[in-house]
Amino acid sequence: MSGRVDVNAFLGAYPWRKVPGTSPEALTKALDRVTIDTAWVTHLPGLFWRDPTEGNAWLYETARKAGSGRFKPVPTVHPGLAHWKEVLAAAVDAGAPAVRCDPLYLGLEPSGSEMRALATACGAVGLPLVLAVRLEDGRQRHPNDRIGELAAASVRALIRSDDQVRLLVTHADRGFVEEVHFGSTPDEARRIWWDICWIWGPPEDHLETLLETIGIERFVFGTGQPLRLPENSVAKLDLLDLSPGQRAAIESGNLNALTS
Amino acid sequence: MLVDVHAHFLHSRTPRADWHERNVSRLTAGARIGISVHVASILGSWGLTSPIYFPSPRDVTVGNDALLALQREHPDAIRGYSCVNPNYTAHARAEITRCLDAGMIGIKLAASRRADDRLLDPIAELARERRVPVLQHIWQHRRRDWPGQEASDAVELCTLARRHPDVAFILAHIGGGGDWLHSLRAVREVLNVYVDLSGSGVDGGMLEECVASVGVSRLLWGTDLTMDTGWAKLRYLELLLTKDELALVRWKNAARIFPPGAFPTD
Repeated sequence: MSGRVDVNAFLGAYPWRKVPGTSPEALTKALDRVTIDTAWVTHLPGLFWRDPTEGNAWLYETARKAGSGRFKPVPTVHPGLAHWKEVLAAAVDAGAPAVRCDPLYLGLEPSGSEMRALATACGAVGLPLVLAVRLEDGRQRHPNDRIGELAAASVRALIRSDDQVRLLVTHADRGFVEEVHFGSTPDEARRIWWDICWIWGPPEDHLETLLETIGIERFVFGTGQPLRLPENSVAKLDLLDLSPGQRAAIESGNLNALTS
Repeated sequence: MLVDVHAHFLHSRTPRADWHERNVSRLTAGARIGISVHVASILGSWGLTSPIYFPSPRDVTVGNDALLALQREHPDAIRGYSCVNPNYTAHARAEITRCLDAGMIGIKLAASRRADDRLLDPIAELARERRVPVLQHIWQHRRRDWPGQEASDAVELCTLARRHPDVAFILAHIGGGGDWLHSLRAVREVLNVYVDLSGSGVDGGMLEECVASVGVSRLLWGTDLTMDTGWAKLRYLELLLTKDELALVRWKNAARIFPPGAFPTD
């Protein structure tokens, strides 16, 4: 057992292109392949539904069936729907490590009143809120896939909206991370974690730079699989000169602060 | 043996103050990944005194000189593409000849002129005479012009490749942005177009489509600006392919299209 936790994984089909390996069985094989013990999983098709929470029941059941803590469900909450507080309460009851809300996919203003209300509620119940900057490279998206990318300003606004909320931002690149981190107070920045999946390794060495300038404690292991090869996030770490303790912090240890 | 067919280096007359660190980083990471040879290009002054994708003849020469110096400094690890701007035909042909005579092994065309333009014919003809491949920068399914480059896509490259069936063309960075599936469909039947797997994209399903579309004998491994993604794709290919197939992608296909003796063990 590696102890490695992938905080950024999905189950289910992607509507914009053929993606292999989206079933629970296939994801389990992928986890085995790259030695990941646990994946935080979200129901991917649900992100494109009018009520994304309709995918959450399947997600909980799939995680339960997988057993051994292989999958931890990260259900989607839509704060524009009437029952969103019940969905959040169900996530707490189910022991979800976090909840997800990608506002632009849900047609919400990223830092509007609904998202701020969700941030406050997440802070109150102690659940981190997961947001993705993007799911795919903007240059390759389907011509009809016009959903915008999350702006750094939106993350800054959300972290300022409540002094208890903790955010996990996935698929961010170096510029995004720096803009939010250095555009936040130290207290605000301490409540934001970043997954490494979109941050470049050598020769540009963006990840190495960020670990030095922002701090290793702010980063967690995420892959974006199955939309992306999980091998990439492992390779990023293999290309760094990290002590075993530093590597373990990114691969799992930093989650203690995120989820406690 | 592992050949990176799409590498870049920087030099002192570029906008990057960290040019040396980036070069060292590429070589250090390459050693960790197991790269035997970096086949690299330098795009002029990388924007300092002329645009990256429209380098002036003077900057082209300066960049190629810098790459030749790196090749001399690392004779086992670095090989060069002669980067040229096809809008300056006489200079481009002279520069290719000069660089190949000095030990470079290929031609790099960035985005100074559309790939299907007749101005590329004299360069392709020289590639045939010298038996070197042409690495063509590609925007996977370009639907419009993008600022800063006269980018080409796979369809346009295939037009050129059909006019020069005896030249090996390398479609750059299939994972480098844009609709890679469009490119793979376009090049499937054009047998002198090879697909370079580099680029920051590590999309699930992309490598399977590469294999299905053009077969392992037309795939070339590379990194471009992100060596971590290159290594990830290599690791995935190790599972996807047989040992013999993997050797084709790692180096044997490259050894076949680059000049004899280009790599140490071919």
